[in-house]
Parts: sequence; C-alpha cells; structure tokens
Amino acid sequence: MDSAALLAELPRLRRYARALVGDRMAADDLVQDTLERAWSRLDRWRPGSDLRTWLFAIMHNLRIDQLRRPAVECIPIDEDAHLLPVRASQSDRIELDNLAAALARLPEEQRAVLLLISLEEMSYAEVAATLGIPLGTVMSRLSRGREHLRQILAGDGPSPRLRVVR
Amino acid sequence: MTTTVTDSELNAFLDGELTPARRTEVELWLAGHPEAVMRLEHFLAQRDALHRLFDPVLDEPLPEALIQAAQTPVRSAGWWRRQPWQQIAAGLLVACVGAAGGWFARDRQAAAEPIAAVSVPLPRQAAVAHAVFSPDVKRPVEIRAEQEDQLVTWLSKRLGTPVRPPRLGALGFELIGGRLLPGNTGPVAQFMYHDGAGQRLTLYVSTENSGHRDTAFRFAQEGPVNVFYWIDGEFGYALSAGIPKDELAKLATAVYAQLEPR
Repeated sequence: MDSAALLAELPRLRRYARALVGDRMAADDLVQDTLERAWSRLDRWRPGSDLRTWLFAIMHNLRIDQLRRPAVECIPIDEDAHLLPVRASQSDRIELDNLAAALARLPEEQRAVLLLISLEEMSYAEVAATLGIPLGTVMSRLSRGREHLRQILAGDGPSPRLRVVR
Repeated sequence: MTTTVTDSELNAFLDGELTPARRTEVELWLAGHPEAVMRLEHFLAQRDALHRLFDPVLDEPLPEALIQAAQTPVRSAGWWRRQPWQQIAAGLLVACVGAAGGWFARDRQAAAEPIAAVSVPLPRQAAVAHAVFSPDVKRPVEIRAEQEDQLVTWLSKRLGTPVRPPRLGALGFELIGGRLLPGNTGPVAQFMYHDGAGQRLTLYVSTENSGHRDTAFRFAQEGPVNVFYWIDGEFGYALSAGIPKDELAKLATAVYAQLEPR
C-alpha cells in the first residue's frame, strides 16, 4: 500500500461514505478516519490483497464504532447534505431528492449492503468479506433493503429532507 | 424447472450472481410473473438512481485534508504520531517534573531549559486564555466556525493529534471558532462558543499531559471565571465561562460525552 494507491481509492471511498452517512462533512470525516486507521494498521495489510475491500472494511468498522457511541453525536446536521448536484430527471425515473431521503430511512445494515452492491458494484462475496458477515446475510439484507427502499419510495412519497433522523 | 424463485434469487439474478443454468430457469419463471418483473425493473431503477445521485461525488475536487491523510500518516496512532517537537516537549516536561524533586536538578535544568521552568496548572492556563480572548469582540478567534474544516485540520496538525470542537447547540452554545495558543511546552487549542445572550464559553485542549493520569471532573475558580477540567490520557480539557457552576457542569458533561475517544 502506498500514497498513490490510497489516493486512487479516495473518490470511491468518498462516494460510498456520502451515500452511507448522508452528511457531507461527516462523510469526509469518516473517510479521513479510514485513511488514518489504514496507515496505522499498515502491518495488517497483506500485499497483493484487494486494497479497496480492505479500506471499505476499515470504514465499516469505524462506522460501527461511531454508531455505538452514546447518544450525543458529534455529527453536524448539514443543511446542504442532500443538495447534491441533481441532473434533470424524467418522470419515469426515481426522483433523486426522494431517494436521498428514503435511503436515510433505511436501517444502516441494509443501506450498507445495498450501496456496496448497487452503487459500488461489489460481488456478494466481496460484500461478505468487507462487512465480515455470511453470504446468506448479505443476500437477505440486500433483498430486504431493496424492497424496503421500494416501499418507502412508493408508499410514503417525498419525506422531509431537512433533517436526517439518526 | 423449480416452481419458486425466492426474493434473494431475484436479486441475485439482477446482480449476475446466479449460475447460468439457474439464470435461464429464472428467466422462464419471470415470463409468467409480471409483478416480479416490475419489481426487478424498480430495483434496476434504484441502481440507476443511486449512480445518478452519488456518482457526481467522484468528480468533486478532493478536500485537501483527505489528500494529506492519504499521503502522510500525520494524525494516526503509532510510532510516527509523535512529532519531533512533541518528543522535545515531553522531554522538557519530564525534566521539569524531575526538577521539582531536587534542588540540584532544578538549578541545572532551569539554567538549561528556562522555557520549561514555569509550568502553569491547566485550569489557570485555561482561565487566563478565556479572560484574554473571550471579551474580544472583533477578533475572538483566529479561524471562524464558517471555516470549520480548516480549523479542525489546522489545529489537529499543529497539535499532532485529532482535535475537533464538540457540538453544544443543544445546550444553546454555538461555535464561534478557534485558535492556537502556546501552552507550557507547546501548542494548545482553544475553541470558543457563545449563546444567544452573548455569553462566551471556551474549551481549552492541551496535549501536554505525558503523565497519563486520568482524572474525574474538577472544578476551579479563577476570579470571575469558572472552570471545569479533566485529564484524559495525553489530553487535558478545560471548559471556562463566567456562568454558574451547575450550568457549566452540564456543558462539561456534554463536551466529555462527545470527546470520549473511540
């Protein structure tokens, strides 16, 4: 692992973190913590293994730690968090604003699996390795996550997007 | 042909995770199950929308702090964590503490390292810093909360360890910004907050505690300034304001909860 390899992974780490966490600053903080932990655990890095999976696994563990911390979270609610660049969308497509809000309402474990597969395009086996869960769990969380997201988008319509309920 | 296709298989079909034989079976099954086809189409639309929503992040310019974190392990735990100045500072502090025990040593060290001879207790340092900067109307801080990213990166870099202002909005105090200050042996950070009435509160963060003796909350009063302080590993924290002790205690509890190391 070297700086160049880490730099090359940065855009994807940021994309996943943004989708997972929602808030821009909190997401970048998570990425930064991930990079730092990667450096500090360099001795555990096996040359030749998949750097992306390793980094995503580190990020996942940090995120778990974050979520386990007690109630008062040091996560600012960024009003602009969901004001991502939005391209013109057609009526038969999912509205992106709705999607951001719906995604935030998914349970974290479903959101993570869904994003790693649908957005990061990892294989089921890679997701299992990254999250440290059995393949069967990956599949059940994925199928529940996608269905859950479908129902939120279909049933509840647009929900308030100013506050992310954590 | 198997007569049932599970939800998981439907998803695996979408993600290309089925064997070719099973894939063909599912395709045949789908021909007789239009509602499953509609769900598949929706899942595809989800995937498409996720990319439209988040792919723009890939093209964003990378924040400087992240580029640095990718290139240099500045803030990480490990042997490289201690910057040269920190090692020197730690040496000076040890020398100073040692000096307190012996007259000869004190003389020698004081002569050699006059800078370390005066070690001001944490609550005093914090109270003085509070008294000096909090009344300043125009320039109470060096970097304002609007540039919080920069503030955090800069202070973390200078202190050689991650520091971050806690959120006290729930208790009515908003961050104004922060500054770097000289402590006993090196840099310390000060974050400043204010409430709706203009009351100012400062959090003093020092990393000079090489003794590593944690303490519970302690209270000190320095003139009109009340201070709650505690030591957590190498960190010393002091929360200062001219507000009643019980109110300050609540704020200190909130700060402590957020600063707890992972």
